[in-house]
Amino acid sequence: MLLTTTINGRKKEILIKDDDYLLDVLRKEGYLSVKRGCDTGACGLCTILLNGSPILSCSTLAARAHGKQISTIENFPKEAKTFASYMTAEGAEQCGFCSPGFTLTVIAMTKELQDPTDDEIMHYLNGNLCRCSGYISQLRAIRNFMEEIKNENC
Amino acid sequence: MFSFSKFFLASSLEEAYTELLKNKKNIILGGTSYLRMGNTPWNTGIDLSNLNLNYISETEEFINIGAMTTFRQLETNILLKDFFGDIFNVALRDIIGVQFRSNVTVGATVFSKYGFSDLIPVLLSLDAKVKLFNGGILSLEDFLNEQNIRKDILVEILIPKKYCKTSFQCVRKSKTDYSIINLAICNFNNKITIAVGSRPGKAMLAKKTMAILNLSENIEKEIVNAMKHIGDEIPLDSNMRGSKSYRELLLSALLRKGIQEVLN
Repeated sequence: MLLTTTINGRKKEILIKDDDYLLDVLRKEGYLSVKRGCDTGACGLCTILLNGSPILSCSTLAARAHGKQISTIENFPKEAKTFASYMTAEGAEQCGFCSPGFTLTVIAMTKELQDPTDDEIMHYLNGNLCRCSGYISQLRAIRNFMEEIKNENC
Repeated sequence: MFSFSKFFLASSLEEAYTELLKNKKNIILGGTSYLRMGNTPWNTGIDLSNLNLNYISETEEFINIGAMTTFRQLETNILLKDFFGDIFNVALRDIIGVQFRSNVTVGATVFSKYGFSDLIPVLLSLDAKVKLFNGGILSLEDFLNEQNIRKDILVEILIPKKYCKTSFQCVRKSKTDYSIINLAICNFNNKITIAVGSRPGKAMLAKKTMAILNLSENIEKEIVNAMKHIGDEIPLDSNMRGSKSYRELLLSALLRKGIQEVLN
């Protein structure tokens, strides 16, 4: 079937198999920031935004993205760069393999939650696993990132 | 790997049902998060995304939840919180992550009667009903016990509107793992309803234990008695997450904690 969708602001028409998953389609199309991790829906590495909401591309049928807006990390260069600097400052960035999916989830969270508590942040992000850095340094980086966004909006 | 040869985007429930009956290998697609873990090659995957079944609304008697509503919507919905407290949020927020819960649908979870489900005990404790396209409306309890409904479409869940105190208790090996056992309790005007899931079988009501508590003048005084009975009443078993005896101990302890929560 022919999938018509918008990826990072560009309209695309892609020939897919009816049972293709979005992760496979995006990677075949060259969006390699979308990582394949557990492939069972548990790790969050393959996170993308579909119409602004974070979803697992490994578990979402590509056919369901028809007519919708897909965003990968490349769609948020400014936010990604700023967030990466906070991650680095807190020692929360190591191998970086989980970073694209993790950063997209953080970006979605900043749009969805107003002034979240640490508990709310941790629950929002409990689907993004990181094997090397640990989560407390990530939490510090997120707080600092959100503080900057708050100051920008003031 | 889960596969199907044709993606069918239904434009009405009638069309979806007709397509479903055409071949025994045709299947209604929910979030497909769990379905994809299997190896079954299906013929046609029928998608209900265009049927406006993604809603949480209210009528005079019920709160209606459409089959394509996601767990994330349940978890964050104000209407559900107003009537039933935090039970949906507490039960669902530890299921993997936001991305996963934005994908998983109510209809697929309930229709599949997953034994590990954290949602089904919650709905059972709230006396929910299911509306099937062909089978009509029946109680969730009857639906769970019914063996013959294989080819139908779950259209919506109906929960009677009643302000009640609720509690969801569970134990997991790690934060986002499946529950080893879970328990949902509802207190509506001092009438207690208890549903137990992850036994590891499908969820069921603890009717004898409910009777012990509900026939008592003082529910709090009967808690210890109820703790003794619930293990005899609810069949538990072992699996890779926990042994039968561990579940028995957990169930009893969680019951006490849950009852105390809905009484205070």
